[in-house]
Amino acid sequence: MNRRWIDLFSRLFTLLTALACFSLVAGVALILGDVVLNGLKHLSWEFVSTAPKTGMTEGGIFPALFGTVFLVLLMTVAVVPLGVSTAIYLQEYAPAGSRWVKLIRMAIQNLAGVPAIVFGLFGLGFFVDFVGKGIDRFFFDGALTFGQPAILWASLTLALLTLPTVVVATEETLRVVPRSHREVAYSLGATRWQMVRRVVLPQAVNGILTGTILAVSRGAGEVAPILFTGAAYYLPYLPTHLNQQFMVLNYHVYVMATQSPDVDATLPLLYSTVLVLLMLTFALNFAAIIIRSRLRRRLKAGR
Amino acid sequence: MKPSSLSHSVSEKIIETFIHLSAAVSIVGLVLIFIFIGKESLPVFTSPEIRREASLSKIFLPQSPEPGEEKVFRWQPVSVVPKYSLLPLVVGTLKATAVALLFAIPLALAAALFTSEFAPSWLREWVKPVIELLAGIPSVVMGFFALIVMATYVQELFGLDFRLNAISAGIALGLAVVPVVYTMAEDALSAVPQSYREGSIALGATPWQTAWRVVLPAAFPGIFAACILGLGRAIGETMIVLMASGNAAVSSWSPTDPFRSLSATIAAEMGEVVRGSTHYHVLFFIGVLLFLFTFFINYLGQLFVERLRQKLSGTDK
Repeated sequence: MNRRWIDLFSRLFTLLTALACFSLVAGVALILGDVVLNGLKHLSWEFVSTAPKTGMTEGGIFPALFGTVFLVLLMTVAVVPLGVSTAIYLQEYAPAGSRWVKLIRMAIQNLAGVPAIVFGLFGLGFFVDFVGKGIDRFFFDGALTFGQPAILWASLTLALLTLPTVVVATEETLRVVPRSHREVAYSLGATRWQMVRRVVLPQAVNGILTGTILAVSRGAGEVAPILFTGAAYYLPYLPTHLNQQFMVLNYHVYVMATQSPDVDATLPLLYSTVLVLLMLTFALNFAAIIIRSRLRRRLKAGR
Repeated sequence: MKPSSLSHSVSEKIIETFIHLSAAVSIVGLVLIFIFIGKESLPVFTSPEIRREASLSKIFLPQSPEPGEEKVFRWQPVSVVPKYSLLPLVVGTLKATAVALLFAIPLALAAALFTSEFAPSWLREWVKPVIELLAGIPSVVMGFFALIVMATYVQELFGLDFRLNAISAGIALGLAVVPVVYTMAEDALSAVPQSYREGSIALGATPWQTAWRVVLPAAFPGIFAACILGLGRAIGETMIVLMASGNAAVSSWSPTDPFRSLSATIAAEMGEVVRGSTHYHVLFFIGVLLFLFTFFINYLGQLFVERLRQKLSGTDK
């Protein structure tokens, strides 16, 4: 083939890849633009601070917002200590390259790939029916207390779902801590835990924060795992106990989008709810991206 | 030993025990998931009562709705004679997945090629987070967008009979798959050593020829892994399909018909099902199928990522 033709083809295909790239960017912009433009119309302080009224065609989303925050806080309390200490084990304690470590890594990767709906089934079968009913039998003489869908079970299900996120992000930052820092700590007579606690962890705070934020963002977004483990269609009260059901933003979006008695009346509220949910997850993601890019820069500088 | 340092070493022991134990949580979690959804689906194999309604052959082979009638595949768990054929659901899942991958893989791979090979670095820094932002959009929001906004445009654009169909649901699903494929493929392409590109350019190849004939083949195991992990994501995704598919359990391969997927069926029906009924156990059986399938996909993906690592570090023989 003639050189000029080759150059022409090369240009053409390069242009096509650029086109694909920008159409994806345009797609993101389209979705966000649509949600922001339509969502802003109905967004007000009243909307985020009052409860839904008259079959979700009026009122606000306060109970759902409250439930989301409560749920995600519980999940964080469960997942962060577990995830961080798993990462510490993998990086600081385990003999490098052992079969046990490989097995743990494989389990984490597979856990990350299990569909969210399967986590939902697991939460129902394990937390609600097995653990919850078990607690009722031993401590409450079989009276229905924990053996039902509840915010505790939903948050634990989400904690298992987000565990890989926290482990991977924490491990990434532990790797950045230079070997020499550890060696100095040892040479001063520190035990392994003292070294981890005083030398490694203070430098890893950023990564742990990134992992936590990403996990929270994921947890606030996933509906499938909480469908049968505690999310409620509508509740006239706010959840105050661990064994109560709860309303939550993302499930509220699903309910309003698919089960509204009056679609036209619900639509403005629906858009605003989606906007609030998106602002929440994006603010979190954005924070994570910023912290992580700082971290990457440090990683590059350290090499 | 001073008492303070004794208590110190005791608390240190406790913490280190916690660290060692927590490392096992991911393994225990994975095993528990399998055991507990497996346990609930076991009656499909063992209970004679449940097997009368939903044995493996009833689940996978065609059945006559009434004696003497033509044999068909039907998912009608709530009827006088419940029917539990999974075929309509499998067809629905495969159909949506096919549309999603046809949409997502070319776009994501082309975009990954552009960002890693052709884009100037300032553009890459800007474009990459935007595409990865797609991963941050909750699937329920994507489902909402497909249901409320996109479905109408897709229907008008193609002149379709049904507003909710496998095309619009598949595209929304594809948008959720894009960041998975894009991020992994971009990583794989970026991992190809610079010397490969320099060698190719030095021999007179154009940047496109270099990207297409040198970099892409070198990164192939990683690209392939990206595509199968995208497949795993598409098969398991629930909320998008639940909201945008129309949820009709019909065995039609046409992408313009409404459909219903395996995952959406669990989500839609588990809430109303009677505990311990045949229907309940069959839904858990669907969960087992999804779990095993994505487990296999992940294993395959990891295998190929490992191959890429060996290939690029020159340790494969």
